Amino acid sequence: MATPAVSSPWWRSERTRARLLSLLLMAVVLGVWHLATLPKVAAGPALTPEQVEYMKLMGKDPGGVAGGSTASNFPTLAVMGATIWSSITDPFYDNGPNDKGIGIQLAYSLGRVGAGYLIAALVAIPLGFAIGMSPLVHRALDPFIQVLKPISPLAWMPLALYTIKDSAASGIFVIFICSVWPMLINTAFGVAGVRREWLNVARTLEVSAWRRAVEVILPAAAPTILTGMRISMGIAWLVIVAAEMLVGGTGIGYFVWNEWNNLSLPNVIFAILMIGLVGMALDAAFGRLQKAVTYVD
Amino acid sequence: MSTDFLKIEGLGKAYPGAAEPVFEGVNFGIQRGEFVCIIGHSGCGKTTILNTLAGLEHSSEGHVFMDGREVTAPGLERGVVFQGHALMPWLTVGQNIAFAVRSKWPEKGKSEVLSHVEKYVQMVGLGAAIDKLPSQLSGGMKQRVGIARAFAIEPKMLLLDEPFGALDALTRGTIQDELLRICAETKQTVFMITHDVDEAILLADKILLMSNGPRARIAEIVVNTLPRDRSRAGLHHDPQFYPLRNHLVDFLVARAKDLSHGRAPTHPPQVRPGLLAQAA
Repeated sequence: MATPAVSSPWWRSERTRARLLSLLLMAVVLGVWHLATLPKVAAGPALTPEQVEYMKLMGKDPGGVAGGSTASNFPTLAVMGATIWSSITDPFYDNGPNDKGIGIQLAYSLGRVGAGYLIAALVAIPLGFAIGMSPLVHRALDPFIQVLKPISPLAWMPLALYTIKDSAASGIFVIFICSVWPMLINTAFGVAGVRREWLNVARTLEVSAWRRAVEVILPAAAPTILTGMRISMGIAWLVIVAAEMLVGGTGIGYFVWNEWNNLSLPNVIFAILMIGLVGMALDAAFGRLQKAVTYVD
Repeated sequence: MSTDFLKIEGLGKAYPGAAEPVFEGVNFGIQRGEFVCIIGHSGCGKTTILNTLAGLEHSSEGHVFMDGREVTAPGLERGVVFQGHALMPWLTVGQNIAFAVRSKWPEKGKSEVLSHVEKYVQMVGLGAAIDKLPSQLSGGMKQRVGIARAFAIEPKMLLLDEPFGALDALTRGTIQDELLRICAETKQTVFMITHDVDEAILLADKILLMSNGPRARIAEIVVNTLPRDRSRAGLHHDPQFYPLRNHLVDFLVARAKDLSHGRAPTHPPQVRPGLLAQAA
């Protein structure tokens, strides 16, 4: 078979084929979903009006039973589609504390994550510099880091609620405490690993401590620091959902829990999807940032 | 000897835990505008001596004086070319040199820094690569940038730690020629470590022969009597070349190891093997 040496057709490129495969997988998942939520029409005996009345009184849907039985109360694709459409077309409505648009809820969560994360970065990066540059500080702080690092961030919640006495601030604190460790450890590791010869260049050029930190150590350690920041952001976004379920009030985590209490599975599924998409966007943003500071040695 | 620009007195270095110092009783001087090479086997402490001159390391005993002042810390009046070029990979060629230029003259404006950088990039023949990252350059080009960076701060003294060790023979030759030309133009005082006997004969006015460690010393100071306008191409035709070269190689192969453990003199004699052989 003679293939033209010029350029392979569009469907030959791996990228296109991977995309097609992804679409196929999605179609399969949606297909299974559709089939699983299809109402089963069984030719059962028709119910008497008394039976229908009884079932209604018991809070069951006689229509579904009459047609045999629906597989479950899991939303169908059509219901999902309608939910997604209505949420996306009106993301910022506010009908009181228990009924806010998805956009508002996400904004609350992102705001908390942003605040906690920013404070964590402001603490972790300078402290990481200190640990990375001074073996003494490293040894002194290491036991604390080793003990505090493995604690689940949610375990801090009762303590935070008691001491801070404010649920919103407690949420921010939990984000702070979970995102501080990867940034701190990676910054310290990156700073400690800066090549001796670059530091020697700075020394022979009588570079000031500030310039050395900003112009030599920071760019040299930036890829490692950014990796830590990316991990931290991932963890923060994982934790915010759980934290908001506990704290309540606002945010995407609270939204999921509230919709579960409302037994609105379409909204729960939609919220789950949004959590995934926002998490992906955050990670992609940090991925770009990481790429921007990475250097080839 | 009081006219020496750089003076090393009784330098010694002992590492904690080691029974004997790596080197001790090292004495020599370098005059202004002189190119001095140091040759010796690995582990005799050449790099430690260079780092001490740079101020990057501290000796256990002895002193280094430059221009009448003791050297205790790294400084801008001494430029260092490191063994592994030590360029910052996130900066371009121009930015790497500009980093050094801004360190020496913080008051210089952007355009001044740029024109200064351009001058030294041109000097090593890398004008076209000024905006390239070190990772886009070959090993020889990277080392050239390292040399340009050291020259750009216009130091009183240049310290080179085996700058061409990692380069292939052809590239090494071209850069040696360049270095020879630049040093002749700028009358730069240079102290350089090398393992290459021919390189030393080509570049150096004086060659310090270092005995093996432990307790290594400068055993001899070989004065290079070849004419100063020597070139790489004509070097081996000079009648003095082989006697000089044989003297250096004999030292490294046979005598260096017999002069370990402090058996070398603390005040090394100056020898002129090139002239001696001519007379014979």
